[in-house]
Amino acid sequence: MSETLALIIGKYNYWLYIILMMIGLYAMIVKNNLIKKLVGMNIFQTAIILFYVSIGYKTHATIPIIKDSGHGDGHGGGHAVIHAADYINPLPHVLMLTAIVVSVATFGVAMALAVRVYQRYQTLEEDEIRMRLTEE
Amino acid sequence: MNTYPALLIVAPLLAALFTGIFVWIEERLCYPIAVLGMLISSFSAYKILMAVLSAGVIHYRHAGWAPPMGIEYRIDTLNAMVLLLITLIALINLVASYKTILVETPDRSGSFITIYLLFVVGLLGVTATGDLFNLYVLLEITSLTSYAQIGLGDKDRGPLASLNYVFIGVIGASFYLLGVGYLYIKTGSLNMMDVATIISTMHDSNTVLVAFILCMIGVWIKMALFPLHVWLPNAYSYAPTAVARVVAPLMTKVMVYVMVRLMITVFGFDYIFSTLDLSAAVVWLATIAILAGGLMALAQKDLKKMLAYIIVSEIGYMVGGAWLGNTTGMTGTILHILNDAVMTFALFLAVGNMIYVCGHVGFDNLKGLFGRMPWTMGGFVLAAFSIIGVPPTCGFFSKWYLVLGAFEAGAYHFAAALIISSLICAILFFRIFEIGFFPEPSDGDDHAHAHHEPAVMVEAPVSMLVPLGLVSLSLIIVGLYSGTIVNTIILPMLQ
Repeated sequence: MSETLALIIGKYNYWLYIILMMIGLYAMIVKNNLIKKLVGMNIFQTAIILFYVSIGYKTHATIPIIKDSGHGDGHGGGHAVIHAADYINPLPHVLMLTAIVVSVATFGVAMALAVRVYQRYQTLEEDEIRMRLTEE
Repeated sequence: MNTYPALLIVAPLLAALFTGIFVWIEERLCYPIAVLGMLISSFSAYKILMAVLSAGVIHYRHAGWAPPMGIEYRIDTLNAMVLLLITLIALINLVASYKTILVETPDRSGSFITIYLLFVVGLLGVTATGDLFNLYVLLEITSLTSYAQIGLGDKDRGPLASLNYVFIGVIGASFYLLGVGYLYIKTGSLNMMDVATIISTMHDSNTVLVAFILCMIGVWIKMALFPLHVWLPNAYSYAPTAVARVVAPLMTKVMVYVMVRLMITVFGFDYIFSTLDLSAAVVWLATIAILAGGLMALAQKDLKKMLAYIIVSEIGYMVGGAWLGNTTGMTGTILHILNDAVMTFALFLAVGNMIYVCGHVGFDNLKGLFGRMPWTMGGFVLAAFSIIGVPPTCGFFSKWYLVLGAFEAGAYHFAAALIISSLICAILFFRIFEIGFFPEPSDGDDHAHAHHEPAVMVEAPVSMLVPLGLVSLSLIIVGLYSGTIVNTIILPMLQ
């Protein structure tokens, strides 16, 4: 029992992202309203962004900027020995900047499409749209 | 240093930028700019293929950064072939669709061309890149532009079909991204070759297994493998003609290419077929996909929908062939990427001409089409024969490799599914031919009069017929040269 607990606490970032992802997926599958589905989609994408951000993190490490070593020439740190373990891995965070842009763009396109759907059917509830389609 | 890989992508990208600007200044200039961009791109793709064939793999480093840190384009014979295919199809479709763009999106032709070019940029980037995360970004560029283009289609159903595609497409891309994340945790690299070298020593790692499964599920959703196919038929049949013609042949085929690339280059045959024991299950899945796609196609009453379900069935061919685990099956899959793109393109070109003339392509609207549109139907028949797999056309040869590969692997159910699928396709297309040979129903009660009336030809314009003719002929040419293609392009890469 305590081993399971240790597994959950030790890797809590993975558990959190999976829970968030499942909430998003649930909303996308179950919800009837198109906007709610879009929100679910956004939660789903955010979960993956959090996953990437969390894997770049290290305990007792600092932001990946090399501090001035005191010479005051603006090229500090060049002489000091740099330990990679002292710094957070910035690469996953940089990747996520791109992924955030992608998810914002996707959200924008999806919203535009939702507006078009609303203009056509005067509703955003999926079952009502389906009813209209079968009536025609 | 060979600069064609950069020119290949930059030419359509710059053309998209200029068309985007010229929408506001002089919209008539958009079309020539787009054609020019695609011409440069096609020429670069041709040069790249020639260079790869003579000098081997091309590495293009962006901004000169060396691979594990920087992003590189890595082009071998497989992507060189797919790149040429993409640029040629996009160029020919742009020429063939000039009139349909003006008819279907009259007030937005400039913006439409801009999105179209960005879509091509995305496809080319996905194919050329040697970096896993770069692939994700370009994949999303491709998807975003295709959502927008499909949303411009049918006024009633287009936006809804596109929105459903968005939901499923996002799930697919996110799974792929998650898979890349797990690979990154394990290897600390995103470069395909680098990742491949590192994971060759950690075949028993669970993280790599999870990464592999997530990547595969993501790619399968994007390519519409059978249980994950629900978005495809609506999205493709409610899209504007100019879009359906390019999305249907290219989007799914490029996703198959991504799967093949991940299997060959990143994870490697040893890992997939020796360490994991999944291939039998996936081949069964592909078998079911082939049969289910064919059966659902039989139930359709609209030509576009029917073709969309045939695509679902063809995806089964390619996934199954790749997972048979032998060189013959993989050869069949890669050859089928080429052949299926050309045949689907020819079919959709013909369907586009029919829509341009007849309005819609419900089966009841196709009566007497052979009399009215002989040239279009000629191209359609050739493409249909190729899908069925009649010998001189290219569809036969890839199917032949797939069947041989299935026997080699002992997957007799897969071979049987391929043959049954040919029969189903024969039924599907001969039903269309039968409808097409009947005369058009007369408007009034005067039956006798209708029989004596000669069929009036209302063919599509020449600008749409010439591309169809070229593509239909290339079906036979590609078929006749498939031995050369296999020996010079596919086999050297699988060694």
